Amino acid sequence: MADEATFDKFRSCAVEVLQVPAEKVVPEASFSGDLDADSLDLVEFVMALEEAFEITVDESELQGVETVGQAYELVTSKL
Amino acid sequence: MSGRVVLVTGGSRGIGLACARRFQALGDQVAVTYRTSPPAPSEGAGEPLLALRCDVAVPEDVEAAFSRLEAELGPAEVLVCSAGITDDGLLMRMSEERWHAVIETNLTGTFRVAKRAIGPMLKARRGRIVLISSAVAYLGNAGQANYAASKAGLVGFARSLAREVAGRSVTVNVVAPGLIDTDMLSALAEEHTAALLSRVPLARLGDAAEVAAAVEYLASAGAGYVTGSVLAVDGGLGMGH
Ligand SMILES: NC(=O)c1ccc[n+]([C@@H]2O[C@H](COP(=O)([O-])OP(=O)(O)OC[C@H]3O[C@@H](n4cnc5c(N)ncnc54)[C@H](OP(=O)(O)O)[C@@H]3O)[C@@H](O)[C@H]2O)c1
Repeated sequence: MADEATFDKFRSCAVEVLQVPAEKVVPEASFSGDLDADSLDLVEFVMALEEAFEITVDESELQGVETVGQAYELVTSKL
Repeated sequence: MSGRVVLVTGGSRGIGLACARRFQALGDQVAVTYRTSPPAPSEGAGEPLLALRCDVAVPEDVEAAFSRLEAELGPAEVLVCSAGITDDGLLMRMSEERWHAVIETNLTGTFRVAKRAIGPMLKARRGRIVLISSAVAYLGNAGQANYAASKAGLVGFARSLAREVAGRSVTVNVVAPGLIDTDMLSALAEEHTAALLSRVPLARLGDAAEVAAAVEYLASAGAGYVTGSVLAVDGGLGMGH
């Protein structure tokens, strides 16, 4: 179900929660470096994704997730 | 309507109610939680407070209270956690139940309420949380091991949360009252109160309104640079600790 609409939804969560322009939300962007997100931002982001996609993400699954692409993959693997 | 949205747990009586009235006098929109009965309407107290039934030991109650608050007034911008109980006894005679009951209401209940309140505050990038601890947290008190542990726990909790949310301009502080003239104190044996009172330099009981004044300060714009602090309101009993 990894279509354009899904990514759009993912991106709008990022834009809203992380307060970054949409064009910066690209697969290779790193949260801490490119998007200037701290740990609290990421928690808020994950919670927004959980709500938007009606999924649950376990704390342990977030280990090693550093880029937009990795996070997106995690979300789509649950759809 | 103007003013901030303020939620006070344990606002049906005592210190919590005094805080609620204080914020109301400042023009804030105030909701209180109660467990058994809503605050009695008092003369000249102005508008009725929004009273939400909520036992902080019951997660569903906490969620329901916040949902109603948010529907009627909006998300809490100021949270005061004053719900608390005592169940005294010497450790040798303290059952697991008494230990858990006090920890559950005073410490876990506060965790629950603060956790629910913090999301909207982070989003708004402002917010004030004030926890009501006790002078006993630092001094200890024979017969109150459960209570003192719960109140000391609040300090570590507040300071950790203060660090977590500081980046969003949300502050978390603690007020540590000493001997305050409320129902909770009347429950204490008279000779016990007298013994404690003899150690209070200001040599009198405190008034709930005097605690509310400290809470008001920590929630005010002027206290924007104060977080993780413990403000003692105890007549000098702990000399600032
Ligand atoms: N009085 C003192 O000398 C003193 C000193 C230091 C610290 N404190 C602290 O100050 C806070 C307020 O004490 P107070 O003197 O105002 O006591 P109080 O007059 O006995 O009032 C306690 C308040 O807490 C509420 N409450 C108790 N358990 C609850 C629960 N499980 N869920 C929701 N609400 C609950 C009560 O609601 P109901 O009316 O429904 O029972 C009441 O509103 C407490 O945390 C206390 O530990 C008091």
